[in-house]
Amino acid sequence: MSGDHAHDHGEEHAAGSELSEMDARVRALETLLVGRGLVDPEVLDGIIETYEHEVGPHRGAAVVARAWVDPDFRDWLRHDATAAVASVGYGGRAGEHLVAVENTPDTHNLVVCTLCSCYPWPVLGLPPVWYKSPAYRAKAVRDPRGVLADFGMTLPPDMRIRVWDSTSEVRYLVIPMRPAGTESLTETELAALVDRDAMIGTGLVTAPR
Amino acid sequence: MNGVHDLGGMQCFGDVRPEPDEPVFHAGWEARTLALTLATGALGGWNIDQSRSARESLPPTTYLGSSYYRIWFEALERSIAAAGLLDGTHDGSARDWPTMASALAAGTSYLRASAAPALFAVGDPVRTRMMHPGGHTRLPRYARDRAATVVAVHGAFVYPDRSAVPIGVQPDGAPEWMYTIEIVGVDLWGPESDPSVCVCLEAWEPYLELAS
Repeated sequence: MSGDHAHDHGEEHAAGSELSEMDARVRALETLLVGRGLVDPEVLDGIIETYEHEVGPHRGAAVVARAWVDPDFRDWLRHDATAAVASVGYGGRAGEHLVAVENTPDTHNLVVCTLCSCYPWPVLGLPPVWYKSPAYRAKAVRDPRGVLADFGMTLPPDMRIRVWDSTSEVRYLVIPMRPAGTESLTETELAALVDRDAMIGTGLVTAPR
Repeated sequence: MNGVHDLGGMQCFGDVRPEPDEPVFHAGWEARTLALTLATGALGGWNIDQSRSARESLPPTTYLGSSYYRIWFEALERSIAAAGLLDGTHDGSARDWPTMASALAAGTSYLRASAAPALFAVGDPVRTRMMHPGGHTRLPRYARDRAATVVAVHGAFVYPDRSAVPIGVQPDGAPEWMYTIEIVGVDLWGPESDPSVCVCLEAWEPYLELAS
């Protein structure tokens, strides 16, 4: 259950008073809505279970690995990512209109939502706190190399950087470059190399040592 | 509305600080807030544009001083009040889990048929309009009045600026053609800025005019 994760987290959650205040307010609203028959508690549990345990970046990683090993799938992903991703079994809320953007030796892609928190839920799960933070939303469009430096990442100065600001219901998935030295790996082994940040553009995929 | 949610390009927020091994939720109330937001949204009292507008309309100090799930919760309370969900006339309409699970798996398409042809095509030089609407819009301030190039035509989509009417008013779902446009970084941030950067974003047709 999600309550097991309750702990202090940076300044946003440091005050125990906010935790208890929000806990009380959310419980009170839930009690009212359930009491009126407007919300079924089983639905709340089902939603939390879905987004805490079923949906997550392992799904996007499976899509990326498939694109790396299957040129036809990669081509499909380029032209109709929503349909290509659906063929792997993923889609739905906050991923109704997917676009895949591919990193190349010349171009690196970085995804942000400057206005709110738009993020491709069906392939990456719920966004991390930093993705929704004012710091990231402010900086990604103006100083993407500075953002990458915050993640410990440096790109060649002449590499083109395309920042995708998710202003509509279109959601972006970055297809990272397949690292050299992974020719003998299976699709499953490749998927295990791909993490969330690489599919947002704040990370790269590296070959296993 | 030129609200504090429109953060692109601001310089006062410092470094991005990723959290190692971040959990999906940091407290039980965050998980319940997400679930309550989705479950009450399914009742149809408001659409996605109205819920975004409700978050953006929070007092600026509340918006900037709150964690993101707190923003969601504060806006959810206001949306429930605006829709009159707890005024006694909406009892007993809860969705069951199979229905909700199907709805999440299916999603909600925002693509619509359009009678009119698209005004722009891929490769067209366009200019974003100078505009400061008082209501909800998805054209960020940093991207207004800028030269751009159309890089994708997505079809006609629900137009957020008309869809985000006050909760309780019937939304206008009439679509507009939607494009991805690319703006060169130096046209956004000046000649001293990084020449290797460009920014792509979606723009609905009313945000654009043909470049002169």
